[in-house]
Parts: sequence; structure tokens; C-alpha cells
Amino acid sequence: MLAHLINGISLGSIYAIIALGYTMVYGIAKMLNFAHGDVIMVGGYVSFCSMMYLGFPAPLAVLLAMIVCTTLGITIERLAYKPLRSATSLAVLITAIGMSYFLQNAALIIWGANPKAFPNMFKDIEAIEFAGARISPVALVAIVANVIIMVALTLFTSRTKVGKAMRAVSEDKGAATLMGINVNFTISLTFAIGSGLAAIAGVLLCTAYPTLMPTTGSMPGIKAFTAAVFGGIGSIPGAMIGGILLGVIEIFARAYISSELADAIVFGVLIVVLIFRPTGLLGKQIHEKV
Amino acid sequence: MSTVLKVENLHVYYGSIHAIKGVSFEVGEGEIVTLIGANGAGKSTTLNTVGGLLKPREGSIEFEGRSILGVAPHKVVNEGMALCPEGRRVFAQLSVKENLEMGAYTRPASEIPETLETVYEHFPRLKERQSQMAGTLSGGEQQMLAMGRALMSKPKLMMLDEPSMGLAPILVDQIFEIIEALNKAGTTILLVEQNAQMALSIADRAYVLETGRIVNTGTGKDLLNDDSVKKAYLGG
Repeated sequence: MLAHLINGISLGSIYAIIALGYTMVYGIAKMLNFAHGDVIMVGGYVSFCSMMYLGFPAPLAVLLAMIVCTTLGITIERLAYKPLRSATSLAVLITAIGMSYFLQNAALIIWGANPKAFPNMFKDIEAIEFAGARISPVALVAIVANVIIMVALTLFTSRTKVGKAMRAVSEDKGAATLMGINVNFTISLTFAIGSGLAAIAGVLLCTAYPTLMPTTGSMPGIKAFTAAVFGGIGSIPGAMIGGILLGVIEIFARAYISSELADAIVFGVLIVVLIFRPTGLLGKQIHEKV
Repeated sequence: MSTVLKVENLHVYYGSIHAIKGVSFEVGEGEIVTLIGANGAGKSTTLNTVGGLLKPREGSIEFEGRSILGVAPHKVVNEGMALCPEGRRVFAQLSVKENLEMGAYTRPASEIPETLETVYEHFPRLKERQSQMAGTLSGGEQQMLAMGRALMSKPKLMMLDEPSMGLAPILVDQIFEIIEALNKAGTTILLVEQNAQMALSIADRAYVLETGRIVNTGTGKDLLNDDSVKKAYLGG
């Protein structure tokens, strides 16, 4: 029971880290970046290659994956989304789906279709016994990483000048421009942060579930998107709560109901939440005064 | 008196719609100049173009003798002008203080506390509410915040778009008193208003805008007594 709960929180932490990318990009650029899940996969492959072929130690592999994913995220935004800044949201959505398939197929060409066995970077560390439950090191690392990221992002958006400017841009790009805020830079920065976090999530995900394929990112990507909507898209604490709830529900459904039905239950919960709270658990409903 | 802002033969389009058709006007240092006109005459379009949010197809905009047409939109504020936009557009989910800090975004952090104090002197109400979310303020307070936010960049020229919109008459009086006080403290004002009576009564000079063209100009006092202006904008 406790082991399931901890596993659920751990899986949910990974979802939460991915969900942050969706929610921040949605908050700033008002678009759903469906290629976000595939950036996770790229992060997985980059860290895999640097550990297996280049012999990098794990921390360096993670750093390299973050650098590559950050660059990839900024490039995707510049080339694919920026030209559509004033296009209809449907055009941007379709472009994002196209970008997702592009990344999957590029990975297929580069790394092939055969699943790769991701190395366990914590193999030398013993699982921890806690109140009779065994906690794997990766589960613990995921939870701790999630907490650190949430605290850091909250401080960044509430305390720093650039972070406050980010919130201003998410509310009103025109007014932010009048203040002297560079909206294009802010959007690039958001993609950079989201994609860097996706790299971390990719490494954690592949360590916890060590099969790496070109489609590895798509299901966790969709679940993290669900988590973002569940918690209230655009909200950073919402992504955290949504992610963790989703992870816990998934693991419990898998353990006590049926592993085949687990995904159906996860998405079913989303539907129920949206019926009663269309803006998600922490979604903002600000009624502006005129 | 030196010219702060000089706009010549401005043409602005929304797609194929020709919204501004050759507008020219000037604002001198220390003046209050107003653009009046009916809904859709092109007042806000003119102001947004000067503020850098819209790109003109033709014409020139010079601020203190330098053209600002090639300046990136987010750098226009560095030139020394601030636009307080129509509908206030405060950042509802930022606190009052954070909104004001955004107004000083391009200025060094060390200068902000002093400017903040000056703005709080003009708008004591904002100081009382500095940690409140801007979205929870009343319409009049939001207008004060929008003006205070624009002042935070210490502009030489402050452009105000419909500051009286949607406010109770007593608040309109208060807002116009503040505009006059800001002007006396040395800020040049370019004011766009539908409330022609109020705008003309405080303006040194005024331009009347009709369907994208300037059709009349004069001192505020002259236009208040002008028959065609009286008929069209002052209710006879």
C-alpha cells in the first residue's frame, strides 16, 4: 500500500515535471505544444548515447541532454511556431502535432526502431527500506527533483524581474511590450525552461521504465498534458498537483483494479474533473472588471 | 518651445482597411495636446502606432528629432515615452507593486524605489493597496495603476488613451486633476478622449479626428467654442 503510494508519487513527479513544460508554454504562448512529449524522448536518447557510446558519467549525460533539449525547444519554437504567432490556434495545434511526428520519425531514422535498454544509473545504490516498503533510488530522486524544480520555478516567477515579466507576458503581450518587455525573448525562454525540464523527465522516466523507443515520449507526454489540464492549465502548482494525483491514480488502478484499464481510468478521472471543474483543480477564473 | 513629438502624413492599415489616412500633428514640450473624435475615428490607432504596437505603412514619427519607426516595439519606451493603453490593461494577476515594477522594467533596479515613492505621492491609494492583486481593484483604481505604471518609466511624453472610459463622473474629475498635476510636474501629455468636454478644458491644443483624418485643430479653448465641434462632440 505504502509502496504503491510512493511509486505513484514518484511517477506523478515525473508527470509533473513534464506537465510544467505544457503549462508554462500554454501560459505564455497560449498554445499546446504536442511535440513536448517527444522532446522527452530526445532527452532519453541523448543521455543514453552519451553514457553508452561516449562513456559519460550520469550527471554529465543529464547535463548534455538538457543542453540538447533546450536548444531543440528554442529551435522548434523559432522555426515552427513563431511564424504562426498571429495564425489561428488550430493551425498552431496541427503544426505541433506535425512536429511531434517529425521528431519521432527523425529518431526512428537516427536510432532505429529496436528498443534500447536504458542503463540504470543508480545500480550501485541500494533500495531504501521504509516502514516495510522498498523505495527505489530513482523514485526518491524523481520526488526530490520535482520538489526542487517546483520551489525554484515558484521563486523564479514570483521574485525575479524576468520571472515577473513572464507572468506579465502571459496576461497581456501588448501591455508587456509597452513596458519594454521583449515578448519574443520571453517566449524563447519559456520553451528553453520547458525543454530543459523535459530532458530531466526523460532521464528519470527511462531510468524508472528502462525501454527507450522513438515513441517513448508520446504516452507520458499525453498523460502529462492530462495532468496539466487536470491541475488547471497555466498554473505551476496545478501541474504539480495534477501530475502527482494522476501518477497515484494510475499506480493504484494498476495494482488494485486492472493494469489494462489503468489508462482508461486515468483519462476517465480527467473527464469527471472537467465536468465539475472545467478550468481544472487550480484553474484561474478571473472576472475582469471593466 | 521645442517639439517633442512630430507625426507626419501617417497612414495605418488593418489588413486592407485604411484606418489612418495621412494624419500629421505635433506635441510641444510641456504641452497637453488632445486628439478628440468619435468611436472609430482612429484615435487609438494613432496612439498605438506612436507607441510602437502598430506599424504604419507610410509617414514619419519623430520623437525629440529621432525617427522611432525602426525601433523595436519593446524599445520605444526607452526613447522616453510611455503609453497608458485603452481599457487600462493592468496585469490582473500581478500585485499593484509588481505592476508598477513592470512599468520600470527597462530601468536600473536601484532607481526604482525613488520613482515608486513619486508615483505613490500622486496616487496614495496605490500605496495602500500595493500588495493586492491588480484584478481586485475598482475601475478607477485600475486607471490610476495604469497611469502610475506608465509613469514608472519616467517618460518625457505620456500618452493616455481614454483614461475616463467607464468611470463615474467624480472619478473622471479626479483623473483629469491628476493629469494636470503630472503636466505641471513636467510631463508632456498626449491625451486621446471621447469625453471632448473634459479633454478640451485641460488641453493647450487639440486636434479633431474624423474617419482617419484630422479635420480641425486649435487651442482647447477655441475648439470648446467652435460651432462644428460643439454640435458634433459637445452635445450642441
